[in-house]
Amino acid sequence: MIQSLRIALKDLKSEFRTKQMLNSMLVFSLIVIVIFSISFGNLLNRSQIIGQLAPGVLWISFTFAGTLGLSRSFAAELENGCLDGLKLCSFNWNSIYIGKMLSSTILMITIELIIIPLFIVFFNFNIQGIHGLFIILVLGTIGYISVGTLLSALTVNIRTREILLPVLLLPLIIPILLPAVLATGKLFSGGNITDVFQEIRLLIVYDIIFFVIAQLVFEYAIQD
Amino acid sequence: MLSSESKKVNLLAVLTTIAIIVATGMIFFYLPQMTGGSSEVLGESFKIFYIHLPIAFTSYLAFFIVFVAGIMYLRSSNKKWDILARSSAEVGIGFAFLVIATGSIWAKAVWGWYWIWEPRLTTSLVLLLVYLAYFMVRQSIDEPETRARLSSIFGIVGFAAVPLSFLSVRLWRSVHPLMFGESIYGGSGGGLEGPSLILTLLVNFIAFFMLFATLFVYKIQNEELKEQVNDLKQSME
Amino acid sequence: MFADNVGSMDDVISVKNLSKSIGNHQVLKNICFSVKKGSTVAIYGPNGAGKTTLFKILSTLWTPTEGSVAINKFDVSTDSSNIRKSIGILSHETFLYNDLTAEENLCFYGQMYGIDNDILDKRIEYFLEKTGITYRATDRVSELSRGMKQRLSIARTLIHEPQVLFLDEPYTGLDQNAVNVFENILKELDSKKTTKLIVSHNIEQSFKLCDRAIILDKGKIVFDDLKKDISDVGSFKQTYKNLINS
Repeated sequence: MIQSLRIALKDLKSEFRTKQMLNSMLVFSLIVIVIFSISFGNLLNRSQIIGQLAPGVLWISFTFAGTLGLSRSFAAELENGCLDGLKLCSFNWNSIYIGKMLSSTILMITIELIIIPLFIVFFNFNIQGIHGLFIILVLGTIGYISVGTLLSALTVNIRTREILLPVLLLPLIIPILLPAVLATGKLFSGGNITDVFQEIRLLIVYDIIFFVIAQLVFEYAIQD
Repeated sequence: MLSSESKKVNLLAVLTTIAIIVATGMIFFYLPQMTGGSSEVLGESFKIFYIHLPIAFTSYLAFFIVFVAGIMYLRSSNKKWDILARSSAEVGIGFAFLVIATGSIWAKAVWGWYWIWEPRLTTSLVLLLVYLAYFMVRQSIDEPETRARLSSIFGIVGFAAVPLSFLSVRLWRSVHPLMFGESIYGGSGGGLEGPSLILTLLVNFIAFFMLFATLFVYKIQNEELKEQVNDLKQSME
Repeated sequence: MFADNVGSMDDVISVKNLSKSIGNHQVLKNICFSVKKGSTVAIYGPNGAGKTTLFKILSTLWTPTEGSVAINKFDVSTDSSNIRKSIGILSHETFLYNDLTAEENLCFYGQMYGIDNDILDKRIEYFLEKTGITYRATDRVSELSRGMKQRLSIARTLIHEPQVLFLDEPYTGLDQNAVNVFENILKELDSKKTTKLIVSHNIEQSFKLCDRAIILDKGKIVFDDLKKDISDVGSFKQTYKNLINS
């Protein structure tokens, strides 16, 4: 466990030093949001419709930005053969998975915390259940990253990994996107945390199931 | 010169053909006319249900085999499990496609749209997408052992995603205005009470399982031959 | 021609009937050898002989198809975590993170091995000094020259004081300065009874380091003898050529 923390810390240290991933993910998710709001055109002043579309847009932008980060999560370790170095000093390879998951989750949540206020301003939202929104964000992100980290490791030695990762990832995260989008929508339209209880339950189940499965198969995914 | 094994397989193929003919015949000639009762709307078009349901179950079964074979492969690294997994996936993807096709045809006849975002149908779509992704994994890797290992992992994770999709799709549909009410399948329930209907459904189930089994066995034999050819090629070098 | 490789109590590495298949290709065929504590063994062989595979298995990155491999009495398939603690790998890849400084890299690897912070600080200082990078310690690895990266990589390999050292083409990419540093450090390790395994193409350079030579060809050991029984480098090279071409 301590090893996972060290790996996560190492990742975050290099990331926040160069901010390469952080910047490109931020800009990318902003662009996605802007393009969507342009394509909505004159629907923007009809709050009823926007209220239903906006949560989807938000999560799509997170998902796309996330695939950028995930595709580099393990690929970055290929430089100088670091992945082998990491495998040699990690006594249990699952700690690599947990470490990578931690660092990607923190990176994603950082981006979400920057994007959400901008998003609220862009679409003129008025949010009551801010705690609820935070819970949904964290749970949704954990589920997304737990599958994403596994697939990032799975595709790391494949030549076409950049194209392959999103194709593999998106069908698997449908069960997490649906409740996350639903709950976000409810919270945007004035609901509070008790209204999204069912979604939270489903997200927790998803997070646990995929985290456990990933633990069981991860070692096989990074053998090369 | 047929070995006894391929004779058995041929016999299975013949039996499957008969079963399919009997099952289809029962749908069109044995079933009583679906008039009146609780679901007048369904009428003739409802008959596709007897094909649709067994196909759907079979496609889930196929993916379950991919899942189990994946676990077995990771535990043993034995090539035969990979052959099993990919054969099942290949036949399964055909069935998954048929589920969508028959589902849409039915939807068009009953509701006038080819597609409705109904939980079961949407889950089948997710299943198809996961299958497609599974083959993307296989296609992208040249080295047979890596391919077997990584596709096993994806098969396991993918299988877990499907039931969860069903749960979340159901949650999603239940909050949106439901176009067709809860009686999408429930309405037809009344029609299914008759023994002749249940018998027809049962025979169709057996027929489609047999169809799956036949295709599966042929596919496995095919893949085994491919492996043998590859081995021979290797040993020629 | 074969050295006395019957297992004994002070064996650090013992490989028994090791085979490894990748796909249908058997890369290693029934390899048997053992290495005594403190000795230095050089493994030679043409490309595709299975040297890299052997190293990957010894270093727990790959698992054997058949046979058993034990390092410090720990089995590679069942007790890999204990092995990882006691081995160090110096390869032509540096395993260094470009965006971290030289010091941070050593610190990361040291902490991963669970070294106490005050001991680690001293070791980092010592190794930076030893490899002559102290004055660049706070520079990012990406800013260092190739030779410096290689020297830092030597420090990285030794930070947890491994009992067994795997040197995979250690001379590749080393400049003259780094070669001196490298050979000095190796001499020092001899006094600590560190066991070393070297894989190299460069027979000339690596032969002087070892006290035993193994030649691997097509997945089999075709030669295994102590250096004191081999007259000189020239005759060893001749033997190597004869064995590989036959």
